[in-house]
Amino acid sequence: MADLLTPQLNAETPVSDWLQARRLAGLAAWESSDLPTRKTEEWKYTSLFALQQPFMAASETAESAEEIGLELPQLEGSRLVFVNGFWREDLSDILPDAAIELVRFSEADPTQAALIVQHLGSVVTGNKHPFSALNDAVLADGVFFRILKGSKAACPIQLVWHNSHQADAAINSQRLLVLAEQHSEATVVEHFSGQGHSFTNGLSELILETGATLNHSRLHLESAEALHIGGLHAALERDATLNSFHVAFGGKLKRVDIVINHQGRGAHCQLDGMYLLRGQEHVDYHTCIEHAVPHCTTDETFRGIVGDKASAVFNGRIHIHPDAQKTRAELSNKNLLTSATAEVNTKPELEIYADDVRCAHGATVAQLDESMLHYLRTRGIPADEALVLLSYGFVNALVEKQRLDSLRGYLKPLLADYFGAALAVGSDDAAG
Amino acid sequence: MLSIKDLHAEVEAKNILKGLNLEIREGEVHAIMGPNGSGKSTLGHVLSGRPGYEITQGNVEFLGKDLLDLDTEERAHLGLFLAFQYPVEIPGVSNMEFLKASVDAVRESQGASAYDTVSFTRRAREACAAVDLDQGFLKRGVNEGFSGGEKKRNELMQMMLLEPRLCILDETDSGLDIDALQVVANGVNAMRSESRSFLLVTHYQRLLDYIEPDFVHVLAGGRIIKSGEKSLALELEAKGYSWLDEGKVA
Ligand SMILES: Nc1ncnc2c1ncn2[C@@H]1O[C@H](COP(=O)(O)OP(=O)(O)O)[C@@H](O)[C@H]1O
Ligand SMILES: [Mg+2]
Repeated sequence: MADLLTPQLNAETPVSDWLQARRLAGLAAWESSDLPTRKTEEWKYTSLFALQQPFMAASETAESAEEIGLELPQLEGSRLVFVNGFWREDLSDILPDAAIELVRFSEADPTQAALIVQHLGSVVTGNKHPFSALNDAVLADGVFFRILKGSKAACPIQLVWHNSHQADAAINSQRLLVLAEQHSEATVVEHFSGQGHSFTNGLSELILETGATLNHSRLHLESAEALHIGGLHAALERDATLNSFHVAFGGKLKRVDIVINHQGRGAHCQLDGMYLLRGQEHVDYHTCIEHAVPHCTTDETFRGIVGDKASAVFNGRIHIHPDAQKTRAELSNKNLLTSATAEVNTKPELEIYADDVRCAHGATVAQLDESMLHYLRTRGIPADEALVLLSYGFVNALVEKQRLDSLRGYLKPLLADYFGAALAVGSDDAAG
Repeated sequence: MLSIKDLHAEVEAKNILKGLNLEIREGEVHAIMGPNGSGKSTLGHVLSGRPGYEITQGNVEFLGKDLLDLDTEERAHLGLFLAFQYPVEIPGVSNMEFLKASVDAVRESQGASAYDTVSFTRRAREACAAVDLDQGFLKRGVNEGFSGGEKKRNELMQMMLLEPRLCILDETDSGLDIDALQVVANGVNAMRSESRSFLLVTHYQRLLDYIEPDFVHVLAGGRIIKSGEKSLALELEAKGYSWLDEGKVA
């Protein structure tokens, strides 16, 4: 394994003491840990071979969005843009909102820094996410998003992490900490995009206190060559609700670990995701829902379309602890293979140690539905176009579930475009 | 317009249609009645080219073409429309996206230009109103979670937008209350013209109170065993099908 650490440490960013302490702890953990190999069950179908190459430190650029191929999603609300890990004030737009605090780690005041120190790393556990130590070790900046007790954020918050390195492989690391205090509500969209074959280590932690509601999306719209090892780790206290939506358009190596911890009674999580792969892309979603307490619910749906020689991995673990009576958990993973050389490894993993629970799961790999295809053709839609429309519908059904209008409006044309569908996308909205 | 001669068809190696003959000329409205399982829907499926239905004998001519030689979408392009007895749900594709794709494809095949989004949206809204469906149905997934009656209205809406030459309605009246039935009847009557024909598959004479057919046929045992005028429907309503001997062809 090439050294993933040195180029980033050499990039020498002066950091405050509390960040430095975090870095040193991360450094020690990273240096004493072994990277997973395919002999590790959790990494059986995903090789880290693509990381065995020299990486350079990501560099700052002042080029315009157009020059670096950044198409900013037009969602309403505030937007924080980072290019190659560096904050771009000129591309960002933060709307004033008394319900929230939105700061970068590097500019946190002492009160905010104390909150960050208290919560950062409290959800993610190294043994579930070895790359979190690397993320800590090079921590220079990050985003802290706090929604104040009893408040509702006025508008969605969008975090854009873009990579502009093309010829060279840069490495960079991103960090997000969301603290949704008691009975607060907010919407946050994480957006990863970029060119070339750089490596990104994107780690997010969400803390939902009692009664908090967080609508979260994480969009991976990076290039087909991109490398990304990411993590989303959430802790839900009593009666908290997390709606988390994941989209991945391929990438050479993309591994996202999603760990949701139900820690307080009555917590609810709706977890949706889709992955679209072609060429030789590889995406691996590992999800793990920890039901540690009674009366929590989980609705998890992931769908994938895999073509050409691409390969996808989905592993959905639901762990119901002995105390977690009255748990209701549903997990569904459906995959469409559009070529004979495409590959999917899907595995639901239920570990149930409580007896009074309702738990359903299903994982399928199938072709498109014949009767739907016929129906479309009877309406004059040629078979090839009908297949495109059905592929689009297969994943768009998940987009339709999402609450944020502007996100649906952003993703639908993107999907239509991906499938090459000449759709009257958006005209249905005009009809409303 | 449509000429079916000695049609035999099977599903899963089971003979369903056993020598069916039917002649529909331009502008005519035909009704087909018959007991459950007699092959009425099978006829519609076969005419639409549904996979799994094998034609073992006979031929079908539609507007001068060998229908059975055409792909399903080509049949639609030529002007054949089947309103399904059980319309298919397609989550994730909105009704509007579906309707536009469908109308665009049919118009393109006929050498007409596609409607722009604004004028198509207007047409779709009009059709929606004509079948008494809320405009919200244009935004929803195709037939997704629609009630039985709403699905039938949605079929009718598609028919209005596609302006086909031959409309086959497979039990579009089943499960409709009297108001909805009238909506369907009004839709069909408004579309009746000298160049458009209809084949109504129905269980109930009720529909024919609103849509006056030129001919009524009885389909039983995979064949048309009796044909007549509108009065035949009343006779069937009164006596059922048992008085007809399936062996005799009218
Ligand atoms: N896909 C199928 N597989 C097996 N049998 C079928 C299938 N479709 C129809 N059939 C059989 O064909 C016969 C005619 O069915 P159908 O055409 O639906 O009748 P109707 O519409 O007149 O009630 C029935 O016996 C039915 O069970
Ligand atoms: Mg039937």
